[in-house]
Amino acid sequence: MMSEPLTHKRPIALSLIIYAFIILWMILAAMPFFWTVWGSFKVEADFFSRDSWWNAIFGTNTIRQTGEAFTGAGYYGAWVLRDFWRAAGNTIIVTLCVTIISLTLGTLGGYALARSGRNYAFWILIAALVFRAMPHITLVSGYLLPFFQLNIWGVLPTSIIVLVAINQPFTLWMLHSFFLSIPKDLDESAMVDGCTRFQAFRMVIIPVMWPGVVTTGLFSFLLGYNDFAVTAMLLSAENQTMVPKISSFLGSIQETGNVMYAVAAVVSATVPLFILVLFFQRQIVSGLTAGAVKG
Amino acid sequence: MPNKTFFAFILPSLIAMVLFIALPIVSVVVQSLYVAHERVMVEVENCQPFGGCTKELRVDTAATTQLQREQPLGRFNGLGTYFNRAHLATNELGAILSSERGFGEKVALIFNLPFYKALIFTLVYCFVVTPLAMVLGFAIALAVNALPKVTKGPIIFFSLLPMIITPLVGSLILYWMLSPNGILGATIQHIFNDPTLSLRASPPLTWIALLVYGVWTNAPFSFVVFYAGLQTVPGDTLESAMIDGASRWERIRYVIIPHLAPLATFVALVQLMDNFRVFEPIVGFSADANATSLSWLIYNDLSGDAQQFGSAGATSVLTIIGVVILLLPVLIRTWREFKHKAV
Amino acid sequence: MKPILMLAVSTVALAMGAGAAYADCGIEAGSVRILSNDFAALRAINAAAQECASGTVTVTANATAEHKNLQVPALSINPAEYSVAVVANNSIVPLLNDDLIRPLDDLIAQYGQALLPSQLVKIDGKTMAIAFMGNGQHLFYRKDILEKAGVEPPKSYDDILAAAQKIKDAGLMEHPLGASVKPGWDLAAEFVNHYLGTGAEFFAPGSAELAIDNDQGRKALEVMRAMTAYMDPDYLTFDANELAKEYEAGNIALMVEWGSLGGSILDADGAAEGVAENTVLTAAPTIAGGTIPAAALWWDGFTIAKNISDQDAAASFQAMIHGISPQMMKANEQTATWLIEGYQPGPAAVGVVANANGGARPYPMQPYMGLLHTALSAELAEFIAGSEDAEQALADVKAAYDTAARDAGFLK
Repeated sequence: MMSEPLTHKRPIALSLIIYAFIILWMILAAMPFFWTVWGSFKVEADFFSRDSWWNAIFGTNTIRQTGEAFTGAGYYGAWVLRDFWRAAGNTIIVTLCVTIISLTLGTLGGYALARSGRNYAFWILIAALVFRAMPHITLVSGYLLPFFQLNIWGVLPTSIIVLVAINQPFTLWMLHSFFLSIPKDLDESAMVDGCTRFQAFRMVIIPVMWPGVVTTGLFSFLLGYNDFAVTAMLLSAENQTMVPKISSFLGSIQETGNVMYAVAAVVSATVPLFILVLFFQRQIVSGLTAGAVKG
Repeated sequence: MPNKTFFAFILPSLIAMVLFIALPIVSVVVQSLYVAHERVMVEVENCQPFGGCTKELRVDTAATTQLQREQPLGRFNGLGTYFNRAHLATNELGAILSSERGFGEKVALIFNLPFYKALIFTLVYCFVVTPLAMVLGFAIALAVNALPKVTKGPIIFFSLLPMIITPLVGSLILYWMLSPNGILGATIQHIFNDPTLSLRASPPLTWIALLVYGVWTNAPFSFVVFYAGLQTVPGDTLESAMIDGASRWERIRYVIIPHLAPLATFVALVQLMDNFRVFEPIVGFSADANATSLSWLIYNDLSGDAQQFGSAGATSVLTIIGVVILLLPVLIRTWREFKHKAV
Repeated sequence: MKPILMLAVSTVALAMGAGAAYADCGIEAGSVRILSNDFAALRAINAAAQECASGTVTVTANATAEHKNLQVPALSINPAEYSVAVVANNSIVPLLNDDLIRPLDDLIAQYGQALLPSQLVKIDGKTMAIAFMGNGQHLFYRKDILEKAGVEPPKSYDDILAAAQKIKDAGLMEHPLGASVKPGWDLAAEFVNHYLGTGAEFFAPGSAELAIDNDQGRKALEVMRAMTAYMDPDYLTFDANELAKEYEAGNIALMVEWGSLGGSILDADGAAEGVAENTVLTAAPTIAGGTIPAAALWWDGFTIAKNISDQDAAASFQAMIHGISPQMMKANEQTATWLIEGYQPGPAAVGVVANANGGARPYPMQPYMGLLHTALSAELAEFIAGSEDAEQALADVKAAYDTAARDAGFLK
C-alpha cells in the first residue's frame, strides 16, 4: 500500500502543487455541473440568456416572470407534466440489471481469459475488440426487423440484454486486465490444495477482485444510464428511459422545446447519484482500495 | 486452463456477443456488398391536400416485389459501395491527383469528399484527445492518491461528473457556456479583448472546443482506471525502491508506470476506439458545418428521410477496419504480453 | 378459475377506469396500435383515439421521435407491430415505396363521410393517407422595427434584403435576418423552400435524374448566401428552435420560421419586451420574380398498415377518425393548423394559411426525394458556411445524390 506511509514525508512545495492541481481539476470537472444545478432553478431566458450570463446569476427574467429569484417550473414540468418519473423508474431497472448481468458474465469470462494461455483466448479478446469497434447505431438498425418479428421489441428485457451484449467486450477486456494483475500463484496454490477451478475462483479470487469489479461496474452502470442509441430505438414510449425522454424535451420543428425541463431532468437524475456516492463513499473508495493485492 | 473449464466460464459472454454483435456484423458486411434492385417505376397521378394533382413517378411495388422475391438481397455490387464517392471515392481521388492543379487546391478538393472530410477530423480528434486525456487522468490519479482518505470520496465523485452528465445535455450546456453570451465565452472574449470572437462561427475555434470537450469527458475514465490500478502497486517494491534512495519521480518512472502498463494499454485501446467513433459532441455542439466524423456519416445515412443501409454498412465496416489499423501496435503488444504470460 | 376471474375483474376495472373518457366510436372489436411522432398536436390525437378503447377494443399509442426509423421494419412484419402510422409528406414515401400501407377508399365510404375532399392524399387515384394538419415555413417580422427603419412589409426576398440593409444602416440592429440554415435537415429544407419558390422542378420529367443544376438552383443558393450576410455570425448553429428563441430575445427583425412554432412566439412568455405584440405572421416571401411563396407546404396525416386483419384496419380507421374529430380539434384549436372541417385559423395559423392561399407548392413526394434531401443536408454545408461557390455546391449535391440513387436502384 503506497499512500499512507508515504504522505508524511512529502515536501510542502509538492503538497501545494498537488492541492492546487486538485482544486483546479475540481473546478473544471464540477463547475459545469454546479452551474447547471443553479441554473435549473431559473427560467430559460436567464439560464440560456442571449443578453448576458449575469442574468443566470441574478435571475433578472426569473424575477420578472415568476416574481421570485428561483423557480421550480422546470422540475414541475418534467416530473408532473411530462411524466419523467416513469422514465426515471425504467432507467433504474435497466441500469441495475445491465450492471449486475454484465458483471456476472464478465467476471467469469474475464477470469477465464486471464488464466488461459491458449491462442484462442487471445483471438477471442481480439474478436471482442473488433466487435466493440462497430458503431452502435448500425447494430441497432439491424436489430429492428428481427426484434419486431420475434415480438420482443419495445420491452425492457430486450434492451437490457442488448446493452449487456454490446457492453460485454469492454467488460471482458477490463476485467481481463484486472485479473492479469492478480498473481496466478493465488488460485493455483488453492487448486494444488484440492479445489476445483470454480472453487478456487470463488474462495480465492472473488475476495480480492473487488477493485476491478467496482471500477468495471461503474462503467457498466454509466453505459446503461447514459445510453441513447439503444434505448431510443428499441423501447416504446412508455418504456422509455431517461436520456431519450430528455431528448424529447429539446424541441423540434413541430414544437418549441422546453430546455429547462431537460436541464431539471438532468439535475434530478444526477443528484440521486451524488447522494448515493456520498452515502456509500466508504464502500466505493474501499472497493477501489481495500481489495489491493498484497505481494 | 483446460478447454472445458475455459468454455464453461466464458460461454454466457460468448453467446451474448455472437448473437447480438457477431451475427449483426456479418449481416452488415453482406448487406454492404449488395445494392437495391432497379426499381420499376410507373407514372401515376397524385393528389395532395395542397397544390392539387400532378403526374409523378411511383415505385411499381408489385413488379419490384417480384424482383425482390427472386433475389432477396438485391443486386450483387461487390466492393462497389466501398469505392463510390460516398466512401473511398477512388475514381474522384484519381481524377483529382492526376489533374494539373496546385497542391493546396488538390488537398481542398480531397477534403470536399465527404469520407475524407470526416476521416481527417476523426483522426485529429483521436490522436489529440486520447494521449492528453490519459496524461491528465494519470496526473489526477496520482494527486488524488496522495490526498487524505476523508476527501477522496467526494473528489472521486466530482471527478466523474464529466462522464456522468448525459452527453446530450452536458455538451449542450457546455456549449452555452462557451457561446458569446455564456460565462466562458464572454470571459474568453474579455481575455482576448475581441468582442466579435465566437467559438461557434470559426472552424478552428470549433475544433478546439470539440477537442477540449473531448479531453474533459475522457479524462475521468483514465483517472478511475489508473486510480484503481495504483491501489494494487505492491508496497514492498516501493519501499525497497525508497530504501535504495529512489526519488519520488524515479519511483513513478520505474515502479508505478511499469506496474500500470497493462492498464495503460487497456485505456489506450478503449479510448482510441471510442474517440474514433466520436459523434455526440459534434451534434451537441451543433458543429456539423465545421466538423464531421465517420459515425456522423453513418448517422446521416440512417437518420435521413430515405435510410441508406448499404452505405451506412460500408462506412461501419470501414470504421472497424480503421479501428483495427489504429490499434495494431497495441494489439501486437498485447500479443507479446499474452505469449509472455503463457510461457 | 382464478385467473379467468381476475381477467374479468381487470377488464371491468379497465372499462370503468376509461368510463370518464369513454366514447362511442362504433367499433365492435379490434386492436388499434398507433405509431406517431412526438409533439403536442399528435399527442392530443392519440389521446382522443384512445377514448375508443372498450372491453373489446384496445388502443395503444407510441409517440416517439424515432418513428421514421421504426415504421418500415415495424410495418413489414405480418401482422404489423402498428396498425396506424402517422406520417407527413416525407415520411409516407418509404411506406409507399415498400408497399406497406393499404388504400383507404372502402373505409372512407363506410366510416369517413365527415372527411373533407382536401384531406385525402391520393396516389394513382387511391386514397393512401388522411391529412389532418398542415405546416410550413413562413415570414415573421417585427412591425415596430420596420416602421422605425421606414420600410414597407416585404413581399419578396429582394425586399427582405433591402429592408435588412436599411435596418442595419439605421443602426437598429446589426443582424436583422434569420433563417434556420443549420447544416443537416434544416439547411436542406431551406434550399427546397427557395427552389420550390422559383417554380422549377427537382427532377427531369419522367425520371429520377436530378435537375437542380440550372439558373433557378443557382438563384436559390445565391439568395440563401446573400441572407447570411445579415445574420448573426453563429447562424450555422441555428436550427428552427434556436432561431425562434433568438427571435424571442429581440435579436432578429425578419425571419422565415416554421408555422408550428408561431404559437409560442406570439405568447409573450419568455420573450423580450415588445417582441410578441409587434410580431406579424405572413406568407413566405417570393423569390426570383416568382409569384408564389417560396416555402414547401407540409401535411401530417395517418395511414393504415397493409399487413393487419381487415377487422383491425376498420377499428384503426374508426379510432383515428375519432382521434381527428372536430371535437378534438375544438379542444385543441390553437395547437396546430388543422385541415379538419369547422377549423377557424387562430392568430398563430395565419402564416401557413397565407402560404396555402398564395399557391405555395407542397413538399415533393417523389420516391427519391428523401435521397436528395439527405444529399443536400450534407453537401450544402460548405456553401452556406461561405467556403465554397454555388457551382461546386450543386456539383457536389448531384454527385452525392447520383451515388445514393444508383445504390437505391432509382438510377442506372
